[in-house]
Amino acid sequence: MTIAEMEKPNERGLQKVAANERLTFFGLTLPYLLMVTALIVIPVGWLFYLSFIGRDGSLSFENYERMMKSKAYIRIFLTTFKISILTTIICAAIGYPLAYFMSQLSRKWANICMIGVLIPFWTSLLVRTYAWLVLLQKKGLLNNMAIEMGLISEPIKIVHNTTGTLIGMVHIMLPFLILPLYANMRAIDKDTLKAASSLGATPTRAFWTVFFPLSLPGLLAGLLIVFVLCLGFYVTPAILGGGRVIMAAMKISSNIELYFSWGAASALGVVLLVVTGIILFIASKLVSMDQLGNR
Amino acid sequence: MKINILKSAIGCLTATGFLFSATASYAEDTLRIVSWGGAYQKGQSLGIFQPAAKAMGITVKEDTYGGISDVKLMVKSGADKFDIFSSGAGSCASGAAEGVLEKLDYSVIDVSNHLPGMYSDYCAGADIFSVVAAYNTDTYGEGKGPKTWADFYDVEKFPGTRAMRSKVDAQLETALLADGVPMDQVYKVLDSEEGIERALNKIRTIKPHIAVWWSSGAQHAQLMKDGEVDMTTGWNGRFDVAKEDGAKVAYDWQSGIMDWEGYGIPKGAKNKDLAMKYIAEMMKPEYMAEFAKYITYGPTNKKVYELGLMTDERAKMMPSHPDNAKHQLTLSTEWYSKWRTIAAEMYTEMMTE
Repeated sequence: MTIAEMEKPNERGLQKVAANERLTFFGLTLPYLLMVTALIVIPVGWLFYLSFIGRDGSLSFENYERMMKSKAYIRIFLTTFKISILTTIICAAIGYPLAYFMSQLSRKWANICMIGVLIPFWTSLLVRTYAWLVLLQKKGLLNNMAIEMGLISEPIKIVHNTTGTLIGMVHIMLPFLILPLYANMRAIDKDTLKAASSLGATPTRAFWTVFFPLSLPGLLAGLLIVFVLCLGFYVTPAILGGGRVIMAAMKISSNIELYFSWGAASALGVVLLVVTGIILFIASKLVSMDQLGNR
Repeated sequence: MKINILKSAIGCLTATGFLFSATASYAEDTLRIVSWGGAYQKGQSLGIFQPAAKAMGITVKEDTYGGISDVKLMVKSGADKFDIFSSGAGSCASGAAEGVLEKLDYSVIDVSNHLPGMYSDYCAGADIFSVVAAYNTDTYGEGKGPKTWADFYDVEKFPGTRAMRSKVDAQLETALLADGVPMDQVYKVLDSEEGIERALNKIRTIKPHIAVWWSSGAQHAQLMKDGEVDMTTGWNGRFDVAKEDGAKVAYDWQSGIMDWEGYGIPKGAKNKDLAMKYIAEMMKPEYMAEFAKYITYGPTNKKVYELGLMTDERAKMMPSHPDNAKHQLTLSTEWYSKWRTIAAEMYTEMMTE
């Protein structure tokens, strides 16, 4: 028996166990991997390929050239990102205080608040969007009430434009931000805040130096979900935007109708995917640097 | 609680049952037809689809669809969802150009009594409708609103918010007519990118007053009902139905742009022969007259008038009535098959500016 073998008496056995474990884990993920490959990787790859096929069926860049020629495409992408970023920011501004408030309540009251968050979440998206239309339109509930109360003399335009679109989208996206954020905040050990106070930190300072950094993972997860969902949003901007807010998903659908080829539509999807990838990559760099700075 | 679970379980089962029946029903005596929903399809269903099916002793299942692009995608991907579709003449022509439609057999389908031009090789005309300028009678007063397209574009004489279609179809024509182009010259002027640009520039002059770009007939009817806009382009029948429901809406035939709708068969339809016979049945004047009771879209079969199947009062409400038709431009399907794609991209560019 060599010295090495004496120091690690059962190394070979351990290695075998580890290898078995890896195999088991791989086996467990296999159904999911197969599903993702069959349902996402292959179709997305196929659409990517189709975006390089012209109308006559040969290899061509015409689907991309079209986007360069018409200014409408650039404007549509800018609108898409503008609306998505604004929705995400407003969601954070409303959702963070709410999630914080809920995390400070007792379990019972927090659960009651949670029902308030979840009920709209369970209601059909279409129903909620049309409900906003009824509330916000020129002779809608909100304008009528404001006029009767003498707050305004002429109805204000709060729907069929960017404002209406943002109101509807924030309402629909809010639960996607609150749910991960609240779960994260609940898990934060309250003793850390007490420790900060006992060391002389004011409540404000304790919040910003202890609580806020600890809640960042939940916040970032929520922001990411909201932002990515917004990019592909169709129904709400189509109804509440009144044709004045055209997002990428709407142009994708109208291109299918206009050119009758998947390629003309999927090229837009490819551009959206690539630009989103770049933005998220840059964002992840910025955030990780930010976190390093905090430490 | 238990009952609830049982109920929802039954609900689920019946729902799956429907799904299966929808995908696997090529029974010999069953046809699947798709149309546009809303007040329009309600009229078709009650006036034409179901009575015609009953007369032939077959079952006709109805659904809605998104237009000719659905037909193209369905045929190209080899799917099989419906046997007959209801479509505008222009869209049908573009489907025919892509080779996704069955040629109609006019030895089976009798169109000998059709108005001239109201059928094509791939589309059997069923009703005639008009795109008109509708206005809110509360805002302007009955009969005092915009009568012509020139009025629609005149924001000084007729201040107020407007709505136009988010797609190019039948919109550029309004701009040129407002710009003083004579009816018979409209499609000649539009026959170049400069001509299209001229129309777009006219629309640009009223763009700050366009509050909504509508995307469906149900939507523009609702916009007028709710008083969301003071005037809009749109289909005459939808406004008449809205008016019957109490909406403060009126229009003048001087602003009409006439177009027609018909039935087509997707290439490779399972029940092609039966579909052909069914279209032949639907072309009979009785059905067209019955349909026109529900919505003011005129018959393509002139027998309806000759046999006196429609009251004079009702006939005068139809876009195709001679008194109304004489004011109107007829939509050119040839122009749309040549220019629609280019014009649509230019229109979107104008919208997003």
